[in-house]
Parts: sequence; structure tokens; C-alpha cells
Amino acid sequence: MTDLEAFRADIRAWLDANCPPEMRRPIEDEDDICWGGRAFAFKSEAQKIWLERCVAHGYTVPDWPKAYGGAGMDPAQAKIWREEMARIGARPPLSSFGIWMLGPALLKFGTEEQKVHYLNQIARGEIRWCQGYSEPGSGSDLVSLQTFGEDKGDHWIVNGQKIWTSYADKADWIFCLVRTDKANKYQGISFLLFDMTTPGVSTRPIKLISGASPFCETFFDNVVVPKAQIVGELNRGWDVAKYLLGHEREMISGAGGSERLNAIGAVVQRNGGIDNPVLRAELAQFDVDALAFAAMGEKFLDEIKVGKAHPAQPNMMKYSGTELNKQRHELLMAAGGSTALEWESAETRGGTPARSWLRTKANSIEGGTSEVMLNVIAKRILDLPGA
Amino acid sequence: MPLYFNEDQAMLADTVTGFIAGEGAIKPQLRRLRDGNDTRGYDPALWKQFAEMGLTGILVSEADGGLGLGHVEAGIVLREIGRNLTPSPFLSTAVVGATALGHASEDLKGRYLPGVVAGESVLALALDEGAKHRPERIALKAERAGNGFRLSGRKDFVIHGATADALIVAGRTAGSDSDAEGITLFAVPKDAAGIGHNAVRLVDSSIASHVTFDRVEVDGGAVIGEVDGGRAVLDKALAAGRIGSAAELTGVGGGAFAMTTAYLKTRKQFGKLIGEFQALQHRAAHLYSELEIAEAAVIKAQQLLDAGSSRADLMVSVAKAKASRATNLAVREGVQMHGGVGMTDEFDIGLYMKRDRALAEFLGDANYHADRVATLSGY
Ligand SMILES: Cc1cc2nc3c(=O)[nH]c(=O)nc-3n(C[C@H](O)[C@H](O)[C@H](O)COP(=O)(O)OP(=O)(O)OC[C@H]3O[C@@H](n4cnc5c(N)ncnc54)[C@H](O)[C@@H]3O)c2cc1C
Repeated sequence: MTDLEAFRADIRAWLDANCPPEMRRPIEDEDDICWGGRAFAFKSEAQKIWLERCVAHGYTVPDWPKAYGGAGMDPAQAKIWREEMARIGARPPLSSFGIWMLGPALLKFGTEEQKVHYLNQIARGEIRWCQGYSEPGSGSDLVSLQTFGEDKGDHWIVNGQKIWTSYADKADWIFCLVRTDKANKYQGISFLLFDMTTPGVSTRPIKLISGASPFCETFFDNVVVPKAQIVGELNRGWDVAKYLLGHEREMISGAGGSERLNAIGAVVQRNGGIDNPVLRAELAQFDVDALAFAAMGEKFLDEIKVGKAHPAQPNMMKYSGTELNKQRHELLMAAGGSTALEWESAETRGGTPARSWLRTKANSIEGGTSEVMLNVIAKRILDLPGA
Repeated sequence: MPLYFNEDQAMLADTVTGFIAGEGAIKPQLRRLRDGNDTRGYDPALWKQFAEMGLTGILVSEADGGLGLGHVEAGIVLREIGRNLTPSPFLSTAVVGATALGHASEDLKGRYLPGVVAGESVLALALDEGAKHRPERIALKAERAGNGFRLSGRKDFVIHGATADALIVAGRTAGSDSDAEGITLFAVPKDAAGIGHNAVRLVDSSIASHVTFDRVEVDGGAVIGEVDGGRAVLDKALAAGRIGSAAELTGVGGGAFAMTTAYLKTRKQFGKLIGEFQALQHRAAHLYSELEIAEAAVIKAQQLLDAGSSRADLMVSVAKAKASRATNLAVREGVQMHGGVGMTDEFDIGLYMKRDRALAEFLGDANYHADRVATLSGY
């Protein structure tokens, strides 16, 4: 047996013994997801036990170093971890912006002290983070952001407004883009971290077309942020912000192994059948695209972990993955017929098909729109002129 | 196994890329053969060079004198053949033919494989009957006669058929035309009496035969695999040919795309490079994404085939369907973005469009394979 085979056997045995049966069922609702954080209420005992067991072994962030709360897995081992999790349909023990976005940015740009402190908190699910990037006047053109941090010696006083801040009302801390030099567009932004309970921070939920209110307007009124809470250098926050966006886009693409990668024809067939040859043909075309994209996801992760992928490749992954996911839900609605229209019924678990369908429309907007992804691919990968 | 080349594969890719880009390029090969009214369909000297580099034996086992490598390696060669539109018997001979013969008797292997490895023989698959790929249905009759068989019927779209040293023929030895079983595979030598070729030039300048079999007699030794049980070997040869053509398609798509982005960076209109127009940038970026995904599907299917995975069959069809669609988009966008010159024979982009059309049809087009994905998925 090779080392990797032995490793796989160990992981398989550990998962068999430690992943509760309830945690091997597909995620159906938002509250099936374990987000962690100070105020997080576990939905079940199984959800709590699963998190605790994974935390004890560093399995919430398997490829982070052990010193920061991870399991120190190398790329080949981390791939085995993903495959074995997928094999039993195990839910991620913990999902969070800390894991997907801030963590990778801290690993690259954080000081040793910041890494030890914040990364361990993220790995254990103690602090829930939100992302303060977008502003009312600065969406795709993010670099035009106006939220301002005034230098007060050992701290900044932050004033301004963010918008579309996902889970701002549930988060404990925020990673936030703040202008610290009005004269410099790109090199006048700093990447700050602060507690959402700091005086002067307030949030107002925004209701989505799906009926949910997962995001907020976030206001900063003379918020004091100590100087130690900057990631990277003063006025060089744009570098951190862009690096983090790469990881955000990778996550939204679904490359890491989510439902988005699955074919759906067989599922539709099981849940009511396919009675129309045109629908069958569309499902078949979709399944070709979905299975091909699943291979792309695997290839992308293999390559990015060893530095073989183009650094701008997450943009391509996000573009393709989100467009595919929107199409997936269009097809599921078409296949579901009038049942899928029900908004509140027990049969649809409170309108899950319709609400999910509407939610997916955000996939090609959040984290950078599809049009912006295409701009970035054209410029950074294809090297087209003047893009 | 990670979805990228290991060291040996990367080295092979380096060598093959340089070799085919030089010797197999469009001008010295495709255009020269086409404009010289070539009737053979490939350049024997180049085929010999393939052999000297060991490429002809990639899928032939070491015991049979080859390299005993896999579909990933064969795909490396095919991708470059695709990128350079090189007319070559590699796919029909070293991929489909060699895979089928790999399951033949020692005697048959001894008769044909040394010539394949040496770059002296060519093999052709005689499978389709009619204009569309329908391997589920085989009508060509193979009746027992003496210690052998007598073949009667016709085959179409037999690439390299007229120049092949042997045809790999699927014949019906039992059951009715659409039965899955009851198929037998034969290696029929070119000089067997009763074979008629009507060789036709296709849109991409390759040459295919309509082959008629008029009571063609072959001895029992010509059977590949089991009598009535040819489907098993045929399926292996088909899988090899399908993933091979998918790999070649990604090369065609990549070649067309490279030409197109280069043009976007040189052609000026309205005082700007046309690559500055966002309408074209977005289409180019979308196309890039589709081609990347197609390549991922192809290497995944190759690895699954090489590993003997039960999921290989499904993934081969995913790869052929995806590569066909992505490459088709690449050649259509390619011609459009070249404007008027894209319609001229002088520019190569049109040659890519022609090759795509022919390759997409080979061993099942995108619709055939999407349908197969649905069937294999249980709907
Ligand atoms: C569900 C959801 C969650 C989100 N969560 C967060 C979060 O947690 N934190 C956060 O900071 N932000 C978040 N966002 C905000 C998101 O990042 C922005 O919505 C996004 O960047 C687009 O900005 P915008 O909404 O201002 O649209 P705009 O930039 O105004 O775009 C409008 C349209 O114009 C197009 N467009 C704009 N510029 C160009 C161009 N140069 N070329 C071609 N087309 C262009 C866009 O593609 C789009 O179609 C979230 C958004 C959603 C929908």
C-alpha cells in the first residue's frame, strides 16, 4: 500500500466512525449549513458533534497548517479528503467566509500574530466574518469606493456605507475595504478588520426576490479601528482585496465539489419523470456541460494547488460555474411544472425550488458579475488590447 | 491522480508539439496534399517519421513491440495533429485499429501490428452503414463458409479505407440487424476478392470510402475476439476512437482560437484594434472558457479509460460531446471574427472549420453522445 492509499484508508475509517448519519444527508435549507460564530444556534446535536470532531483534527480547514488550526494536508491528501467526503455525501462541517475568503488572504498577507489569532478562530468556527467591499456607488467599479478611514495616530476613524453585505447582521467581524488616501485610486485603499459590535456600526437587512434577507446595508459612523487591525501594508489593500476575490470566485464557481457539479437528468427522471423529448434533450445537453465542468473543477483545483493554473483562472471558473448553475435551476423549474411554483407549501418545503431558482440569479452578480469576469479573462488571460 | 500531465507526459508533449508543428504543419502537409490532388489521404514519409519517434506504437503493448502507453499519451499526439490539421492515419490506425487488434489472436497481431508500429501499414475501421453513426445497428452479413466467413453488404465513411492494408469490419453473424450481440469483428486484408471501394474526398480534403462487400471470403483466422461476441472488442475500439477524436478536436479548437485571438490583436478598424471591442472580447472570453472545460473533460475521460474505470464510458461521451460543441463554436467564431478574409481559401481559419465538421461526425456527433449520456444515466 502506498502512503496515499494508507492515508485514504485512515480518512475513510475516521469518517465512517465519526461522521454522524444525519450529516451525510444533502443540505436542503440554509439552516442545514453550519456557519459558526458567537451567536450561532446549532440546528441539531449531530451538527454540533460533527463540527467538534472535525475541529479537533483540523478537518474544517484540512489544507491549512496545523499551527493555524488546520490538518496540514498536502494537495494530494486534500484531494483524497474531498473525494472521501463526497463518497459518503458528508456535509462540510463548517462553511464560512473566513474559510473561503479571509483565511487564504491572511495566509498570504497576514503577520504571524494575525495568522495564529484569526485563523485559529476561523478554523474552530468561533468568529463569523462578513465582507465589506461593495458600496452604493461602487459595484463592478469597486476601486471607486468612498468609505473613508481618517488617520488618528494609533487608530482610524471610519465613516461611510457598504451595501449587499452578506450576513452582516449575523457576523461577528467584518473585513472591509476603506479608503485611506483620497489622492490615490488603486494605492489608496486599506484592508481593515473590525468587530461588528464596535460602536458606530449598524446594519439594515435588504429583502431579496427569493424572500430571504441574507444581506444588508452596513453603516459606519465614526467607527474606531486600531492600527494593528490592518492586513498588508497601508494603502496596499487593493492587492489583498483582489487576491481574496480570486478565492471568493473559486468558491462561488462550485469547483470545490458542490451540487452544481452534478448531472440532473437522472434526478428529474426519478422525481416525476421526463415526458417530453425536448426536455430530455435539454437535460442531456446540460448534463454534458455539468459533467465536463465537474472535470474542469477537479483539474482547476489540482492545478491551482501546485501553481499550474493561470492566476486569473478563478474568473473563468466563476463565469462558467455560475452560468451553469442558473441554467440548472431553469431546467429544474421547467421540469417541476406548477408544483415548482408553490411558494409556501409543505410539499415544496416552503417553496424551495422557486426560491433556489431565484437565488441562483445572484450567482452571476455576487463576487463580480459575469460581464466583469469576461472582461478579466479578456484582459489577463487572453491579453486582448485595451480591455 | 491529478488532472494534469506527469513528467513523462509533459516531456512527450514537448517533443510531439515541436515535431508536428514543424513536419506536420498546414503548408507542407494539408495544403500540399490537397493542392497536389493527393488521393492517398496522408503522406507516407511523415507516417514513417511518426514511427521513428515511436508514436505509432503508443497504444500497442510492449509485448507486441509498442510502447504500451495509454490514452492520455495518444491524446497528446492527436491534439497536435488537430492543432496543425495534419492529414494522418494515426487515429484510424494507431488508435482504433491498434486497440481492436490488441484483442486479436497472436497470429493476427503478428500479421498487422509490426507494420503499424513500423509506420508501414494503415488500418481503417469499416463500421457505419449509412450517413450517421449507429453502431447499435449492424446489417452487413457474415455467413459461415467453409472454415471461414463470407461477407456481404456495405460500409460508409471508412476513413483511409481505400489505402488501408486491412479493414476492421463489424459484421452480423447472428440475430437481427439491431441486436446488440451477434456481431463479429474481422480483419479483412485489402486484396480480398469482392471488395469494392468508392473513394470520395470529404469537405476537409480527407478521403473516405464507401466500401461494398460482394461475397468476400475470409478465413476463420481473420476473426478478432469471439465469434458473435465482437461487441466487446468493438466497444473498446470505439471508446479509444471517440476519446481520440475528442482530443484531436480540442487541438482543432485550440488552433482556431489561437489564430483568432492573434487576429484580434492585429486587425484595426475605426482606428482601434478590433480586440478592443468589448463585444468581441466577451465572445472570445466565453470561447476560451468552453475550450478549457472541453480539455478538462477529455483528460478526465482519458485517465478513467487508462485506469479501466466503470465511469469511463460515460465520460468518453461527455468529452466527445463537449469537445464537439466547444470546437464548433471556436471555428464559427473564428470565421466570423476574421470578417471577409475568413471566407477566403488563402486564410487557414476556414480549414479549421472544415476539419471540425468532419471530426465531429466521426464515431458519433455531439447529439449522438449527449443522447448516450442520457441513456447511460438512466433516462
Ligand atoms: C446575493 C449577493 C450577495 C452579495 N454579497 C456581497 C458581500 O457580502 N459583500 C460585498 O461587498 N458585496 C456583495 N455583493 C455585491 C456584489 O459584489 C455586487 O452586486 C457586484 O459586484 C455588482 O455590482 P453592482 O450590483 O453595483 O452592479 P453594477 O456594477 O452596477 O452592474 C450593473 C450591470 O452592468 C454591468 N457592467 C458593469 N460594469 C461593466 C463593464 N465594465 N463592462 C460590461 N458590463 C458592465 C454588470 O455586469 C451588470 O450587468 C453581493 C451581491 C449579491 C447579489
